[in-house]
Amino acid sequence: MTVTGATPHGEVHEPNEFGYQSFSLGEFHFSRDEYFAYVRWPTGHHVMSADAFLRALQRDVAWEFFYGIVNFDGVVGTVNHYGTVDLFAGRYNDAYRRAELDHVENIETPVIKDTFAAILSDWTNEGFDPFASPEETGSAFGPKNGDNDAAITRHRVTARRMVSLPGDEPLRDDDNGHPVNRMFADVDQDEPEVYAEPGFEAEVGSFNLFAYLSRSPVTWNPSVVSVCRESLYCPTTEEYILPIIHGNDRAEWFVQLSDEITWDVEDRDTGRKRAKVVMKAGDVAAMPSDIRHQGYSPKRSMLLVWENASLKIPQLISSGKFPTQPVEF
Amino acid sequence: MAYETRLASLMSYQKGRVDVIDDDPKNYAFSNIFEVASLAKPFEQVAVAKNFEYVLEAVRAEGTSGWRAAAHDQSALVLDGQVEFTFKTLAEGHPLPDGGSGGVPEEAAGTLVGRVVARRGPLTLLPAGRAYRLASPAPAVVLIQTVAGPDTQFRWAEICQTA
Ligand SMILES: [Fe+2]
Repeated sequence: MTVTGATPHGEVHEPNEFGYQSFSLGEFHFSRDEYFAYVRWPTGHHVMSADAFLRALQRDVAWEFFYGIVNFDGVVGTVNHYGTVDLFAGRYNDAYRRAELDHVENIETPVIKDTFAAILSDWTNEGFDPFASPEETGSAFGPKNGDNDAAITRHRVTARRMVSLPGDEPLRDDDNGHPVNRMFADVDQDEPEVYAEPGFEAEVGSFNLFAYLSRSPVTWNPSVVSVCRESLYCPTTEEYILPIIHGNDRAEWFVQLSDEITWDVEDRDTGRKRAKVVMKAGDVAAMPSDIRHQGYSPKRSMLLVWENASLKIPQLISSGKFPTQPVEF
Repeated sequence: MAYETRLASLMSYQKGRVDVIDDDPKNYAFSNIFEVASLAKPFEQVAVAKNFEYVLEAVRAEGTSGWRAAAHDQSALVLDGQVEFTFKTLAEGHPLPDGGSGGVPEEAAGTLVGRVVARRGPLTLLPAGRAYRLASPAPAVVLIQTVAGPDTQFRWAEICQTA
């Protein structure tokens, strides 16, 4: 596969002795063996567990590079410019920056998306689901063994108005492949009572969000369930560790709906530690726009991630016209 | 193994916190919805989150609210208790704030559009351009997804961790 264009393009290379293809994106090169993913660029090279790499890659692909920075770890990641994407190594790592060993390539979004999707497809073996919690899936390791394309190309929920309304995203139930998760067996499944007068069915809507989340088959995957202009409710169920370190280009807010998550917060640009944020049910906290964060959830928990999707925000914040913290007092 | 999902309520909630390494806890505007609601008067709309013009309001629902309406969709998540939402048509030409909800006099709330009864967990649409009101015989807690409006209360210094 060769994708041509004015910006760096993607290439796929023949499978190695373990059966895995390798890939190039501009001057970045990606390869894997039984245990590890390897990333090379002109001034350096990096290695990650194949398991961790695929979990991170899955989020980056499914979220279309999300808001701001998706760090696969402290070295490699992407920055979303909403049309193009920076693929970087060491760009947000103080030591790499000082040594001038960091490297960035700006790539048209469709090009990096296609190559990332191809890596994810080729490197994900049968029985491994990068979206699932570690207890609920098989191993990412070993030589190439089949694929799991159904798991890695799941439909991403993006309600236009609200889940459950006529013509909008449907509810989850046993019959459409969404059984209650083992860790949410005690979550009340009763739906609210909804009465709409004739002709108003499209406007009167309510659904049990907790029951809906208890049936999510994936972890760390914020998905839109309700929309208020550009304000998006993106709840998600969390178990184990957020597979990426999310660097903000705007503030985002967390409302912990159940159980408990500990967030590790670092300076966005250097990785210097700033805080630990422990959130329990009912807690609300902002993640300011100059940090990066990674969450730890010992039991599957419900987290309401609240985003402002406005395209004007990154510019307002990076130009200093708006402070990095969302409220001042 | 049987797992217990820990939800919280007005009567039973625990707060986490920001443990600072090199930072100011105020940057995180850390609060707890149940604590905010326990200190609020019925139907006060207290902002617990703000992102530019958008807010999340914690509301203690107790008794029956006045009629309200907004020019845009809002949502209401019941986090404790049981809340009945009643929706009615809104008198043509009734003025609405650019953002957030405004009060609606009884006579501007017209014919019935629908009703929802929600216990802890449901997310309910508060549709644009319709009058709505909340009723709960016992204290309940609701989180509203909306735009900052004329009745949004900001009391960050009272509700957030500052040290
Ligand atoms: Fe995040």
